[in-house]
Amino acid sequence: MSNSNNHKLLIKTDRSSYPQPDESGKLQVDLDSGKYVKVWHGPNHPGVTGNMSLELTLCGDEVVEAKTHVGYLHRGFEKIFERRTWMQCFPTVVRMCVPEPDSNEYNLAASMEELSNVEVPEYAQWMRTLVLEMARISNLLRLLPAHGGTMGLGLGVQWGVYLRDLILDRFEELTGARIYHMYIIPGGVRGKMPDGFKKRLISNLDDIDDFLIRLKRLVIDNAVFKKRSIGTGYINPSWVDKYGIVGPNARAAGYKRDVRKDNPYLIYDQLDFEPYVDNEAASDIFSRTWVRFMDLKYGVEMIRQILDKMPNDGEILGKIPNALNWKIPTGQTYVRSESSRGEYGFFAVADGSEYPRRINLRGPSYTHAIALLEKLLVNANISDVSAIMVSLATCPPEIER
Amino acid sequence: MEKIIQHLQGAFDVKAVKKQRNDLYFVTVGKDQAIPAVTYLRDAEGFSHLVMITVADWMEKGVFELNYIVHNYQLHADISICTNIDREEATMHSAHHLWEQAWTYQRELKEMYGIEFPGSPRVDESFNLEGWDNIPPMRREFDTLKYANETFFPRPGRVSHDPATYMKQKLYPNE
Repeated sequence: MSNSNNHKLLIKTDRSSYPQPDESGKLQVDLDSGKYVKVWHGPNHPGVTGNMSLELTLCGDEVVEAKTHVGYLHRGFEKIFERRTWMQCFPTVVRMCVPEPDSNEYNLAASMEELSNVEVPEYAQWMRTLVLEMARISNLLRLLPAHGGTMGLGLGVQWGVYLRDLILDRFEELTGARIYHMYIIPGGVRGKMPDGFKKRLISNLDDIDDFLIRLKRLVIDNAVFKKRSIGTGYINPSWVDKYGIVGPNARAAGYKRDVRKDNPYLIYDQLDFEPYVDNEAASDIFSRTWVRFMDLKYGVEMIRQILDKMPNDGEILGKIPNALNWKIPTGQTYVRSESSRGEYGFFAVADGSEYPRRINLRGPSYTHAIALLEKLLVNANISDVSAIMVSLATCPPEIER
Repeated sequence: MEKIIQHLQGAFDVKAVKKQRNDLYFVTVGKDQAIPAVTYLRDAEGFSHLVMITVADWMEKGVFELNYIVHNYQLHADISICTNIDREEATMHSAHHLWEQAWTYQRELKEMYGIEFPGSPRVDESFNLEGWDNIPPMRREFDTLKYANETFFPRPGRVSHDPATYMKQKLYPNE
């Protein structure tokens, strides 16, 4: 059996009536036999994260084949970039990942700065780090309770959305926008911290500390959640490199993978932190939930640390050319950062003109939600499909772009 | 990293090396040597993580520049194996046997650039563009504006205005 240890239900089920694998390990599914049902899970489905669909072939209530379908949200961004000046790409680039757009801003700005040799002032680097960490916790506040939400625990999601809104209030105060901030720009950032911002942000962080205690009681310690999530959606640690698994999904499998530590950028090397790794490599839904729980906890601590250590004032913008006529010398680079879902990178190519030759996003969902998810869903119970998908932190917009 | 680049130069016909950063090199090889070079980096030099397979379209030179970016978690460094392939007969050897997610990249490159990857699983299935019957849209000769005008305009009842002129007429009709 291809995924013989993947799911608990295999232990108790008589497998003789289920499709059998051929020599290559692929299950033999004869759709004309009348034993199977095709179900489209999405694109409009409460258990699907965004506009994506899963074509499931079921034998009873068990998935025997899964295919990911994307394209419902394809907006041709990477084509549009080629017809926009580098600066005109900013309003578009943020839309490649709705819940956590700031990694896009940073990656594009960092690509342009590297290819143009632009220096970023220290204060601006601290502000960028602060914004990226705020984006991380705002996304985790939405994503972490959703692990329980996929199993019917909707209350945690409502709490999380409220707290996320508080962080969005801070974003609005700092950048003027709640979702698409466009705060990180080439050469630096757009503004300084408003008066009283720090105090209000710390108050929000205290609220999140309280939320984490309540969320642990509600979701993590919940008997139903434990029963359904432990052992389900198991990622074999040997798949991590084979499937390009990154971020929290890799750390749940026992691999210490975090770009902030591996390839420090901005001022992360001046911060004292250690990403949480599940050393037992349980690597199931429960383990990935716990890793994200710890990520949120550490994220809150890291923001406090940034606020303590960062300078009170400084330059926000380095010396940059005329932004409307910024010609970037011919060259190419790959720039990465750590989003709340893992490695998030931009491959950028400049041809000496004011237009990008190519900007290509590498999002974690590109591998997690297609090759890996299709593998994980085989032999899963249909009621666990949403839970497995959400536990991989799938974000379809970054696949389709 | 310099040693690894030397090993690559010893084992393959390397046409160019560009050091972008201390932890990022672009190494150009011939079309037939790209997959062996990537395999060598994975198996012998510890570049176990396929970051991405991507392409830049150099229409004026008549080539696609394919990039296989691989990462080494011990060295925390990347090497991109680059190779140029002919735009008009765009075919490349498949890397799907090396990493499980490689076929997804190849499927997208087939759809968006028309690059063939013989033997790659599901490479002919549509990825983003269901029912697309035009030239692959990420090729630089594909004109997005022309396509939009021909496909979506004119639509009955739909009128486009120059925003500045239109707003002036609405707000200050007597000026």
